[in-house]
Amino acid sequence: MATKKLGFVIRTMPYKIEGSRLGMTHAISSQTVEIYLEDGDMVEPVVCFIGDGVLNCLKNQQAMKHYAITSLEQHIKNSLLLDLNVLICKEDIDKLGIKEDALIMDAEDIGGETNAKVVPYSEIQKAMESVDHLLFC
Amino acid sequence: MGKLTIGCFSSLVGSLSLDFSVKLSEAAIQKGHTVDLWVSGNATMVSKKGQKAFKDYSFLAKKIQELVAAGNLKVTACEACAEARGYHKEDTMEGVKRFSMDWYLASSFTADRLLHIGGD
Repeated sequence: MATKKLGFVIRTMPYKIEGSRLGMTHAISSQTVEIYLEDGDMVEPVVCFIGDGVLNCLKNQQAMKHYAITSLEQHIKNSLLLDLNVLICKEDIDKLGIKEDALIMDAEDIGGETNAKVVPYSEIQKAMESVDHLLFC
Repeated sequence: MGKLTIGCFSSLVGSLSLDFSVKLSEAAIQKGHTVDLWVSGNATMVSKKGQKAFKDYSFLAKKIQELVAAGNLKVTACEACAEARGYHKEDTMEGVKRFSMDWYLASSFTADRLLHIGGD
């Protein structure tokens, strides 16, 4: 009976390439991984947005309207609904002039109780050091 | 000997990251390790049968089939990523499996090392 921690570090911009979407969908798939594991074994993801990746966290995305695809906003909300640990780098949002109220911080509208956290890079570094495997997306 | 899990999202044509992933798999196997190769996103196309070799592009199908046949490489493609690209079950290269993304996370659970190569 063990838990393996996976750190998804999302650095790529939304919609330009598929990286951030795949990072989030893979993290969310941790919810069904038990079918492949022994009883009691688990995989626990943490999702960290750094660099240009913080742009995935902007509110009011219109992906369905413009591209007819689900938005990364919806994936972040689904992550929060599933109580995944979502960290957003404070220095990187500051660098891009993004205020915290422009970010997806909760999933209350779909019944989520977990919030995303804007944290200094040092906290993200600690999260990266605490995981068994890192996945840069 | 250890187990290496490699996840790759990069395209078969247009990026050499998949080329690197397969060559790294081969090198690890030659050292006695086992390798799980997860291909997702554009990388799923490396597991499609019927690929043709051209000198301008990496041709990885033959090498993958040799390594899979030898028994130390498991290649699994993301089913949703494949279907989204019009690549169906009957198009899958012999010896390659197709599962959902949780298979990759499960593979990482038992891996001694995970190398994740994000894509394009």
